[in-house]
Amino acid sequence: MSAPGATPGNSAAFTGAMRILAGLLEARTGQILSESRIWRIETALKPVLRMNGMANLEELVSQLLASTESNLTDDVINALLNNETSFFRDLQTFDMLYRDLLPQLSSSKQDKVLRIWCAGCSTGQEAYSLAMQLRKDAGRWQGWRIQILATDISTAAISRAQSGLFSQIDVQRGLAINDLLRWFEPVGDDWKVSDELRRMIEFRVDNLLEPKASSGDYDLILCRNVMLYFSLERRQKVFSRLAEHSRQGSYLILGAGETVIGQTDAFAASRSFRGSYERSAKTEKINQPVRKTA
Amino acid sequence: MKNCLVVDDSKVIRKVARHILESLDIKVTEACDGRDALNQCEAAIPDVVLLDWNMPVMSGMEFLQELSRTKMDARPKVIFCTTENGIGHIKAAVEAGADEYVMKPFDRDTLESKLQIVGVI
Repeated sequence: MSAPGATPGNSAAFTGAMRILAGLLEARTGQILSESRIWRIETALKPVLRMNGMANLEELVSQLLASTESNLTDDVINALLNNETSFFRDLQTFDMLYRDLLPQLSSSKQDKVLRIWCAGCSTGQEAYSLAMQLRKDAGRWQGWRIQILATDISTAAISRAQSGLFSQIDVQRGLAINDLLRWFEPVGDDWKVSDELRRMIEFRVDNLLEPKASSGDYDLILCRNVMLYFSLERRQKVFSRLAEHSRQGSYLILGAGETVIGQTDAFAASRSFRGSYERSAKTEKINQPVRKTA
Repeated sequence: MKNCLVVDDSKVIRKVARHILESLDIKVTEACDGRDALNQCEAAIPDVVLLDWNMPVMSGMEFLQELSRTKMDARPKVIFCTTENGIGHIKAAVEAGADEYVMKPFDRDTLESKLQIVGVI
């Protein structure tokens, strides 16, 4: 099979370069590029090639191998990560959270502390959507301490999330017009999230395989459309990490095509809330020593 | 099958919208201005109207005002779809009764998302 843009003379070098780049991504993030995605490497990296005045992937790989400069590696990793997301992505999940699961947490928690972790938050739309829902139901959460931690391995994605700036295309995907008017203001051609929402969320760069950012137990963890990029072994490891940061009765939400079945016994499908998983009483068996962080 | 009335004086925009809507299993009818749209709504009420702002004969805003004055068995959802992207225009449209607002240019994901928000799909 020949890669798009490859010529017969350089196709072996081209394919080799792509394998090295896919290997770099896996080494740095644990994520695996499927065969169908591996051929998109060239398209994804075009902006990096342009920015650095490089002609092709082979030249980029040579630079990566020769250089100890981490900025170029970071740029490559950021470009290869899939940051696809939108506000209120999978509307049914957010309806369920707003209507059922969040009210249940508010009635069951005596300490009036709500801790939510968006693990693999991409450019922040998921965390901001949750913040909007919590503000929409402000009366219910009066007197509560609400913490939303949103982490992602992509430095570029977290930087964008922290900025709170979204394009016209971004704000039209999933965001109702009344929410746009209520929570955003126009800044040039973009839209900026209100400080009120931004203050509710802590965005941090973190690796799900070795999370440093989170400490203590979370009542609700959203880790959606992340597991599909990991091997089974790494998925089990991530589930173990999520289990370490939850307690019996905590909830986990995965992406529409993801499941815990056959991968962990730390979470089981919730009987009350469709599409969510509850932390079970069983102690998760952890394969590797857990690195304790502050 | 849901029905959408696409109201735009641009044949190209109507064609693009039709292509996207039909891919979402929505039946499409077309009108080239507000007056034409109002006549069609009086004959058969669509589930949703995709409405341009600036059109000859009757503008999108005039259509919306007329629609609210017209006695009908059911009111269609109205999604403004326009190049008028300023916050003033958006607020005016919402105050006039628009259910959603799409800023042009738009794509399939945007339109699908807005149709979900208004409950058409």
